[in-house]
Amino acid sequence: MDKTINQKAWFLVLPVFLVVAFSAILPLMTVVNYSMQDTFGNNQFFWNGVGWFKELLDPSTDLGSRFFASLWRNLFFSGVILAIEVPLGIIVALSMPREGWTVAACLVILALPLLIPWNVVGTIWQIFGRPDIGLLGYTLNHLGLNYNYVSNDIDAWVTVIVMDVWHWTSLVALLCYAGLKSIPDAYYQAAQIDGASRWAVFTAIQLPKMNRVLLIAVLLRFMDSFMIYTEPFVVTGGGPGNSTTFISIELVKIALGQFDLGKAAALSLVYNLIILIVCWVFYTVMTNAGVDRSRKEGVAS
Amino acid sequence: MARIDLVDLGHSYGGDHAPIESFALKPVTMTWRQGGAYALLGPSGCGKTTLLNLISGIITPSRGKILFDGADVTLRSTRERNIAQVFQFPVIYDTMTVGQNLAFPLKNRGVPRAEIDKRVADIARLLDLTPDLNRKATRLTADAKQKISLGRGLVRSDVAAILFDEPLTVIDPELKWQLRSKLKALHRELDLTMIYVTHDQTEALTFADTVVVMHDGRVVQSGTPAELFEKPAHTFVGYFIGSPGMNIVPAVVDGREARIDGHVIGLHRNYGVLPAGAKIEIGVRPEFVDVAPPASGLLSATIERIDDLGRIRFARVRVGDAKFAARVPPGFSVPDNAAGLVFDPAHVHVYADSLLVEGVG
Repeated sequence: MDKTINQKAWFLVLPVFLVVAFSAILPLMTVVNYSMQDTFGNNQFFWNGVGWFKELLDPSTDLGSRFFASLWRNLFFSGVILAIEVPLGIIVALSMPREGWTVAACLVILALPLLIPWNVVGTIWQIFGRPDIGLLGYTLNHLGLNYNYVSNDIDAWVTVIVMDVWHWTSLVALLCYAGLKSIPDAYYQAAQIDGASRWAVFTAIQLPKMNRVLLIAVLLRFMDSFMIYTEPFVVTGGGPGNSTTFISIELVKIALGQFDLGKAAALSLVYNLIILIVCWVFYTVMTNAGVDRSRKEGVAS
Repeated sequence: MARIDLVDLGHSYGGDHAPIESFALKPVTMTWRQGGAYALLGPSGCGKTTLLNLISGIITPSRGKILFDGADVTLRSTRERNIAQVFQFPVIYDTMTVGQNLAFPLKNRGVPRAEIDKRVADIARLLDLTPDLNRKATRLTADAKQKISLGRGLVRSDVAAILFDEPLTVIDPELKWQLRSKLKALHRELDLTMIYVTHDQTEALTFADTVVVMHDGRVVQSGTPAELFEKPAHTFVGYFIGSPGMNIVPAVVDGREARIDGHVIGLHRNYGVLPAGAKIEIGVRPEFVDVAPPASGLLSATIERIDDLGRIRFARVRVGDAKFAARVPPGFSVPDNAAGLVFDPAHVHVYADSLLVEGVG
């Protein structure tokens, strides 16, 4: 077939190029540019090469120690909320009704926390947990528990984690519910015929059929929790001390508090890279878990 | 292994107070004898699957009782009834190997390891699954997956009955024949009650020694393939079974004579008293009507076309407004489309409101 040569067709993709350039590539390149320079204000910049990156990755410097401390906090936070929200979401999805008007009621109730803006969620819990006027804080203190998220590290962590579980377990539950609903009745009937116990039905049918949606749920929850900013910032402001200062909070402090654009830019790039790499590794491992085995089998047989 | 009795068994998805006409299964009383090979035959939506699910206990009937060897099991769970069932589409457990899939029903019932291994090996050999035993079941073809489903149904040796719900739909024709003969052989060997649901008459007639025909939620006839062929109890059975189906035409019946279009056909038996006001029809299979050159004593017909089925040829003819199929004898030819029809009186049946009327000798 003869191809028609018409270079004017490039004009058709031009708008996309422009939009992507101005919305993604140029801002990103600005950050890359900042990360290589130092500024003392007054719009004067000095070349610093990879200096900021070296400092960032060296825990003995101030920048490096702050980065690593907040990175571990972030990883710990993500680990804890995944360990709670995924099993809890599955349990909620399994105990939801399958038909009737209660389905709609459950879905609406589950979706409610997801519709509340981040800073409102933060404010709700900030007030809820206050020992003087908050329902939760007041009750706990009157029951004899010395709960104060402003002064106690552990209380602050518990508050931030419970808040995240309250806000996001619904998402995992809804995804799992969708996964469960897509299992044909024949599977349950066959399991009944085969005499499977409730647990066997879960491990042999429900869990394997949910693995795609669980993959998505874990990815979404990991990315979101790793990038968390607003809620802990509103509740604890990163305190007490630095105990709930996550990377994003540290980043804002450096960029807007200290106006160290170079350091902040370097930190942003590394932060971004970590999320990309973790998601890529996770996704590849999860999707190839099955494929690889069949390839090996194919070679063997 | 059990005899299964259905006593006034009916089911409506809308509850027992729904009008009887809306029942998915109209109340029926019948017996499935131990060791029988049954086919449940009928078009889609006639209630076959509902009946099967009632027997296996997946659904609880809205009226009537089910007895296994005389014991009432109506309210017992599927597990307690000890039934095996194979579904239309393959159901396999994704995370397990083929072997583990086959072992699953036995493992759930706490059968000893050695016994499980032996049964699984036997069934795998029977279904040619032995080379695949250690492979993940998800990666097999639809055929192989359905064989696994069949295998899970067959692996328990002590079941009350094995129910098959159109199990060979997804399997290609060549393999279909093989599997069906395997099932048949297995039936002879194990002396199990098997109930096989299908809408394919060839499948039903080759598998079963008793065929139960269902139509619109009713069991309309139950009998051997020969009975269904020679003496359909309902006009539906007449045209559903056989290819082409039975010719059914309105007629005026009086004593030993039936009158179609003013032409008289002799009957083998005497039909003196017919229900008043009923719609009277006569039914005759195309195999028992021959076309012949037109003659004064014969019902005259117009040939529309002739279908050559290889072993036999059928003419599609028209008598007045009615369409007929009739056998074309070897060497038959007529110059134009005019022909006469020769009936075999022994095989002409009379139906009143679709139900067979027994004549008097």
